[in-house]
Amino acid sequence: MSVRRLVPGLGPDSFEFTPENQEWAQKQIAKYPAGRQQSAVIPLLDQAQRQMDGWLPEAAVRYVADYLDMPYIRVYEVATFYTMFNLKPVGKVHVQVCGTTPCWLRGAEDLKEVCRRKMGVDKDQGPSEDGTYSWTEMECLGACVNAPMIQVDDETYEDLTVERFEALLDELAKDKSAPKTGPQIDRQFSAPAGGPTVLKKGDA
Amino acid sequence: MVKVTIDGTEIEVEAGSTILQACEQAGREVPRFCYHERLSIAGNCRMCLVEVEKSPKPVASCAMPVNDGMVVHTDSPQVKKDREGVMEFLLINHPLDCPICDQGGECDLQDQSMGYGMGQNRYDENKRAVDEKNMGPLVKTVMTRCIHCTRCVRFASEVAGVDEIGAIGRGEDMEITTYLEAALTSELSANVIDLCPVGALTSRPFAFTARPWELKKTETIDVMDAMGSNIRVDARGREVMRVMPRLNEDVNEEWISDKTRFACDGLKYQRLDRPYLKQDGKLVAAEWDDALDIVAAKVKATEPSKIAAIVGDMASAETMKALKDLMASLGSANVDCRQDGGYAEAGNRASYLMNSTIAGVEDADAILIIGSNLRAEAPLLNARIRKRWLDGGLKVGNVGTPADLTYTVQQLGAGPETLADLAAGNGAFFNILQNAERPLILVGSGAVARADGGDVLGTARALADKVGAVSGDWTGFGVVQTAASRVGGLDLGLVPGDGGRDTAGIIAGAQSGEVELVFLLGADEIDTDQLGNATVVYIGTHGDNGAHRADVILPGAAYTEQDGTYVNMEGRVQRARRAVFAPGQAKEDWAILRALSGLLDAPLPYNSRDQLVAAMVEDVPHLGALDQLAAATWGSFGTTGDLAGAAPFADPIADFYLTNPIARASKTMAACSKQRLELTAQGEGRRNA
Repeated sequence: MSVRRLVPGLGPDSFEFTPENQEWAQKQIAKYPAGRQQSAVIPLLDQAQRQMDGWLPEAAVRYVADYLDMPYIRVYEVATFYTMFNLKPVGKVHVQVCGTTPCWLRGAEDLKEVCRRKMGVDKDQGPSEDGTYSWTEMECLGACVNAPMIQVDDETYEDLTVERFEALLDELAKDKSAPKTGPQIDRQFSAPAGGPTVLKKGDA
Repeated sequence: MVKVTIDGTEIEVEAGSTILQACEQAGREVPRFCYHERLSIAGNCRMCLVEVEKSPKPVASCAMPVNDGMVVHTDSPQVKKDREGVMEFLLINHPLDCPICDQGGECDLQDQSMGYGMGQNRYDENKRAVDEKNMGPLVKTVMTRCIHCTRCVRFASEVAGVDEIGAIGRGEDMEITTYLEAALTSELSANVIDLCPVGALTSRPFAFTARPWELKKTETIDVMDAMGSNIRVDARGREVMRVMPRLNEDVNEEWISDKTRFACDGLKYQRLDRPYLKQDGKLVAAEWDDALDIVAAKVKATEPSKIAAIVGDMASAETMKALKDLMASLGSANVDCRQDGGYAEAGNRASYLMNSTIAGVEDADAILIIGSNLRAEAPLLNARIRKRWLDGGLKVGNVGTPADLTYTVQQLGAGPETLADLAAGNGAFFNILQNAERPLILVGSGAVARADGGDVLGTARALADKVGAVSGDWTGFGVVQTAASRVGGLDLGLVPGDGGRDTAGIIAGAQSGEVELVFLLGADEIDTDQLGNATVVYIGTHGDNGAHRADVILPGAAYTEQDGTYVNMEGRVQRARRAVFAPGQAKEDWAILRALSGLLDAPLPYNSRDQLVAAMVEDVPHLGALDQLAAATWGSFGTTGDLAGAAPFADPIADFYLTNPIARASKTMAACSKQRLELTAQGEGRRNA
């Protein structure tokens, strides 16, 4: 896991939710009892990150703190605790490679090598030269059965091989919504590869 | 009450206490880093592990409540092994830099690793390193040493009431810092230095100056404000190196303000270390004999009614007693211990004391603050109110300048009109006070230091009577004094006698020529330019306002340089002790007055400090009852007058860090003041919600 800190002076001086996001934020706050608006800090930070195309500038941290009437340091704590908040600009396709033991045993190191080769940057080094890619290493993303895997935005791509991952990166760069999500091999979710092995119709 | 067995001894403890508290009650020591009595429980250092029978795992005793019949072991081999394990983990990333660490010698980690550690190191990887963080001019950080106990984080948000310290990152990368390394804005910030169990947060002004074991420690009383905080002055040779808080539950608990702690370097600068005489408009060094002769001659040549004395804010009761006797023997009634001209009735203690007592604040359920910015005038009293507020159910109203007091305050109005309105029974807050079981009305010293101060005090007193603030054992009325000498001075009756002049009268008299000789006993807060052609004799410690105007300077001793009795704002009599000797030829204040009286052929009837104290106690008996509170009798005081159209209350303290000559001479306080100004100019870049 990388050291994650706000970089003062990076990004815009001020930040503000779009009207749609303001409305959305109010709905989040309304989920909590009056006076407990601080509970909405994670959804709001996430929404700010989405509005900023994937990263969270210092101005947004202050904005969310003011929005929720919280001390800045408390929001800063949250933003640095969760690795899903990117405190530096990311590429159009921000790849989160799971590097925890099951994925590591199943070839996560090879995926990282693909990232380095294809993007020309190491993890957390910011976007590639053309701004298309960036990547980081995550702790367990919870798809161990389908290791190795990556996450891009809200989607995961599992059961990767080096070849499939290389192709996947190209596809994502062209159109993020194009590639099939989930397992990249012949299986449904976490079911056995190659189809069911038990409870098959007709088997005695 | 529940019964628990601790190391074979069965004891009864209150239900709801933690195992750690029970162990302490049983006299068993439990090591800890994150646990602190006055902070919330974090349970993250794991050092306080104990063995509880029928529990499968060791238990963090600070966070586990006792159950009836619990059997606890704090000294079993398993516990020893557990603690050694925890200690080993804590030391994995803690640098072995004790020889260059300022905490060395008074470090919890150092002590406990001697007591509970395994004495060897099995870790041979690289230790992590953490960048130092800026926390302002007072707190020096060496964050590599941090063990993440989060005491500082909890102190800032709970006691100080400024959410400014936090733990960013997580796991291995967790770091304690402020938001983008902004300086702390609390008046109590430096208490994190004492709280830090390791050398991560240390005193910046004290950095690399002395080791704790070389210091001579003197337990004494602080005079920076009227709290009478209990302090320990650490001195090396003739120099005060630092000031530390001492525990006194009734006064300062275990905190002190930043001014109390760090103004002590002001004792080194701008000092008057020998007598001076003004010749041709310039101050020239002189000998004691010459200076005293000149003063004596001037006194003899001046009519008693044209002699006056003003007492400063840091004078001890002994000094004031000597001055009172001297002025009485001269036959002058022109003496005042109130530089700010605050209204008070010297014979009526209830009119100038904080009658509820400081600790009594915790019993109040509604507080009305009149004309006082408590955060600047009495930061520790303010922290008490915040503590009470955190318990819930406290309503606070403010009449005066709005300020961020770190708790929710209803702003009722700016001036005496609002007070008069409340006293007339109007407004929602009147009902709150009336319905409160223990309402408390606090009048700032600035609110009575006005031309209509008597009316303000009288109206506030009437309000207190009206809402039933005084009943049985509860006297919910207090004046928040800001000067350490004030209550003592008023107890001694250092106010103008019959036909005497008060501070304003003395200044006006000096201006018009009706007062020809003015003694300033450390009085620097008056407008010394207004003293006209009067001969000014300044008895004090620092080359401040008073000394600049003086015709004769007689160098005195500061609060760390002489024994002295101080009465704090609640009327608690405490004795300060000499920690070091006064510099150069400076003498103790009473000795100067005694020597002068000898030259006037009217020697004061005491030849030693002990005799002086005896005379003082004979004069005012309760000054002999140390650490006692003599309750004042409630009665009628103040004046009645129409407060309509009166000017709004103004804060008497313009800059918290620069309220007295010692603080103004302090480089540390100057740095703090500058820092605060910069933050204000930036519009306070961050918020303390």
